[in-house]
This record gives sequence, C-alpha cells and structure tokens, in this order.
Amino acid sequence: MAAVRGGFQRSKRLKLQVFRTVVLLAAGIFFLVPIGAMFEFSTRGVGDKPRTLEAWQSIGTYPDLVAAITASLELAAITTIVMLVLLAPTMVWVRLKLPGLSPIMEFVCLLPLTIPAIVLVVGLAPIYNWMGNNFSDSILTLSFAYVVLVLPYAYRSLEAGLAAIDVKTLSEAARSLGAGWLTVMWRIIVPNISSAILNSAFLSVALVLGEYTIANNLLYNNLQVEIAFLGRANAGVSIAVAVASLVFAFVILVLLSFFNRGRGRLQLADLQQVMRTERG
Amino acid sequence: MTIAGAPAVSTTAGRPLLGGRRLPLDWIGTVPFLAYVAVFLFLPTVIVLGGSVFDANGSLTLVNFSHLSRVYIVKATIQTIGLSAFTAVVGAILGALVAYAIAVGNPQGLLRRLTLSVSGVLAQFGGVTLAFAFIATIGPAGFVYLWLAQHHADIYARSTWLFELPGLALVYLYFQIPLMVLVFLPALDGIKPQWREATESLGGGTWHYWRYVAGPLLAPAFLGATLLLFANSFSAYATANALINQGQPVISQQINGALSGEVGSFEPGFAKAIAVEMVIIVTLVTVLYSLLQRRTSRWLQ
Repeated sequence: MAAVRGGFQRSKRLKLQVFRTVVLLAAGIFFLVPIGAMFEFSTRGVGDKPRTLEAWQSIGTYPDLVAAITASLELAAITTIVMLVLLAPTMVWVRLKLPGLSPIMEFVCLLPLTIPAIVLVVGLAPIYNWMGNNFSDSILTLSFAYVVLVLPYAYRSLEAGLAAIDVKTLSEAARSLGAGWLTVMWRIIVPNISSAILNSAFLSVALVLGEYTIANNLLYNNLQVEIAFLGRANAGVSIAVAVASLVFAFVILVLLSFFNRGRGRLQLADLQQVMRTERG
Repeated sequence: MTIAGAPAVSTTAGRPLLGGRRLPLDWIGTVPFLAYVAVFLFLPTVIVLGGSVFDANGSLTLVNFSHLSRVYIVKATIQTIGLSAFTAVVGAILGALVAYAIAVGNPQGLLRRLTLSVSGVLAQFGGVTLAFAFIATIGPAGFVYLWLAQHHADIYARSTWLFELPGLALVYLYFQIPLMVLVFLPALDGIKPQWREATESLGGGTWHYWRYVAGPLLAPAFLGATLLLFANSFSAYATANALINQGQPVISQQINGALSGEVGSFEPGFAKAIAVEMVIIVTLVTVLYSLLQRRTSRWLQ
C-alpha cells in the first residue's frame, strides 16, 4: 500500500490521514470500552457506596468457584503434558522413519479445525457416558477431549520448530555415538525445539482455561461454565473472575512473546483460531 | 477414517528396529497417537454420522433428518444463517477498513505492531468473557447504558435487545472484525505500489484504480475472508449460550437442547442430525473459502 504514500496532491494525503484517524479511533473505542467496563463493573460498590474491591476479595468465598478454578488449572496442566507426550515423539518419529505418513499426520491434526466443538461434543457424549460408568467420571477426564481441541495449534507450532532444525542429521549423529531413542528425544530434540514446545504449551493452557462448549455440554463445571453460572446470581464476582482470567491470559501472551524470539514463531492467526475454538 | 494405519505398513523402508529382522516395524511408533486420535476424534465423528442415520435398533432411518423440518429448527437455522451472514458482511467491511487504515501506514511503525498485538490480546477473549464484557458495558446495569439513560436516551426503549439476536450480532462483531483484519491484511500488503503508479501514468484516477485494478484483485480475498467469518460465527456456541438464556435462537444451542433434554425432550439422534446439518454447511463454506484463497494466492504473491 505504499502506493498511496507515492506523493500526489496534498489534499489526498490529508484525506487519507483523516480516514485513518477516524477508523482507528472508532475501532479503538469499540474494542477497549468493553474491557474497561468490566474493570468498572467489578469494582462497583453496592448502591451509592464508593468503589470497592469487594467482588475481587470474595472470589475465595465461593467454594464452587474455587473448585472450578482448581479444576481448570489442573486440566490445563494435564492437557498440556498429554499433548506433548503424545504428539512430539510421534512427529519426530514420523519425520525420521515414516516421511510418507506426514501428509496424513497433518490432515489428522488439522481436522479438529473443521469440526465445530458443539458437533464434536455430540459424538463425545456417549463416550464420556461409557467412561463415567466404567472408568471415571472425574472432571479431569475432560483433558482427553481437550487434547483433541489443542491438536491443530500444537501441531503447527511443533511442526514449525521441527522444520527449523535438521532432525535427521541430529538424531543420526547421536545414534552413531551410541545414544538410545529416549536420549535422542530428551537430550537432542527437545532442547532444540524448546521454544516451539513452550509455544504449544502456552496455546494449550490458554485454550483450556477459556473452554466452555465441551464442559458445558458434558455437564462439567470448569472455570468458564462456573463464571457463566455465577453471572446469573452475582454478576460482580463473576465479572471479576472473568477479568482475572483475561489478565491471566494476557500474562501468558506476554510470556509467549517473550519466549517467542527464535524461529518457529507463533503466528497471530493461530491465537485467533484458538479464540475461535474457545467460542465454538 | 482409519486409513492411517494401512499405508504406514507399505511405505516403510526404514532401518530394521531389532537386530537383523526385516519386518517393517517402524509404524509401531505411531500407534499410541493413532489409537488416541481414533478414540477421541474419529470415533466421535463416526458416532455423529452413524447416529444420525441409525435408530436405537440399528436399522437405517431418515427420521432424525425429517425432524430438521420442525418449525423451531428451521427458524433457528434461518436465524443463524442470517446472523452469520450479517456479522460476516458487516465484520468484513469494517475489518477491511481497519486493515486498510493499518496497511497505508508505516509497515514497521508502532501503530501497526500495536494494532496487531491488540488483535492477539483480543484473541484471548473466550466466549463467556466476551458476553460479560458487553453486559458490563451496555447491559441494563452497564455504565454506557446508565450514562445514556441519564441523558434521556433509553436504548432499551423497545426491548432489551442485548439479550436477543441483535445483541448477539453486536457481540459477534467484536471477534469478527479482528479476524478480518488478520486475514485480510496480507492481501492488502500484497498490492504493489507500481500498480497504482501504472494506473496514474495511464491517466486513471482513484476511481479507476479501485474499480479496475485493486478492486478485482482484492475481491476474491475479500469474499474468501467473508466466508471464513461466516463459518466462524455459524459454529459459535459459547457466546450465544452465555448471553441468551431464553428461546435458544441459534442452531448450536438447539444441539444442546436436544442433547440435554432441558428444553423439550432428550433426543440424541436428533442432536446428531442437527450436528450433521451444521457440518455440511460449515464444510460447504470452508471449501468455497479455500477455492477463493487459492485464486487469491495466485495474484498476490
């Protein structure tokens, strides 16, 4: 678009400047006011009382809410670990031994993007029903489904990391020096794709903390389900928690951009799609 | 859908794993992953597809699909398509304006980086949080509403539209616009300044440039992005469910209704039929999107 900077008449440039200012200002208002409103709402005093942090302080007094926060944090940890243990070695293995399989691997990993979460949950319901009767009905079993939701983002991020290093040469060198497969994986591959692993971990944490559709439909109370439920009884506390989870996600994002200097960088579009899955 | 295992066996020519054995065993390394995906991705898909056409006794039936003609389902489908089309078109136009405002600026400038980062932060907005943000803003207790009411402008004079479809459309725009910016900006960046100069040197003005050069080049990208936005809003559930408690006006909420039996009756087969309807629409839109995307990438390299 440098065309427009090409320098024609002054008035044209001025018009463009006015256009830019108006559009960006309007967008800024539309996108920032709701965030500010949440802060405002969550610090509001009852009646004519002055601003207070009461809603924030009372978060701990709702046992269901505390349980939901704990469950969501545990789910985030379990999902991330299962995803990494399942996906990373398989991707390395496919790269080394079964390169013919990589298109199928990609197709499978990106498949969840085309299936709305609300559709997936219809198929998951009987499976969870069966698991609940025969195995466990703990809320932590949700991580099985969450790993599937995370697959596309984790795959992309790990794929970018693996593409940036020469997996084959590295592992062959290590193998010829007598290293076993575990050593290759743990001491050669993992250190070399550490930023990609961190990226995928952050994405998976962000996704799990924001997930609503699957938990809601399988009747589990995770953080978002509890926020939505509480919002009908005590909007102030509920919005305070929502703001807190937003701030937490923001911290994750900052951390992510901090670790995100190397190659295999995470794309904004990926984050955007995490958002889509969360809403799905 | 379980084709993945088969080619693995035939295409492996790697080193033998154990001693001098020549049997290709490399595919064993992929078994845990494939087994997991089979249970938690393929099996649910098969359950949805199969469950929509088989009844409880295992015989083939189309009765679940015939239920799709129920008045409230048809209404929800039309409403969801309307909502998605509206937020896609409006989101695409507004998002394109924002993208253009960014694109004409300094490509290394602070404003551009800031806007893109903000889009990334907004990307963390889960559906429930988003609904609450708008309730806190223009809900009946939100400060914008209260401020307007003090100034004798009651935006809910007719109805509390925030908790109805118009409100949902407004909230959806909050994620549609950033998505459009992120999807459309690369296309705008691909427009070369030389094309503008060529138009000028041939005597064309701004109108000619947009009508005959930039417009036709950007049209496929714009249409494709609009379709993506459509699919995005069509498959959304969390925002709608957090915002609207009554009536279930959106098709994804109807799935929840048929699944939970809270409203009406518990009909898992019917839920699957609605799910298949959704998948078909989303797939159609996605295929069109990728076709348009291919056409765009041919021009804007």
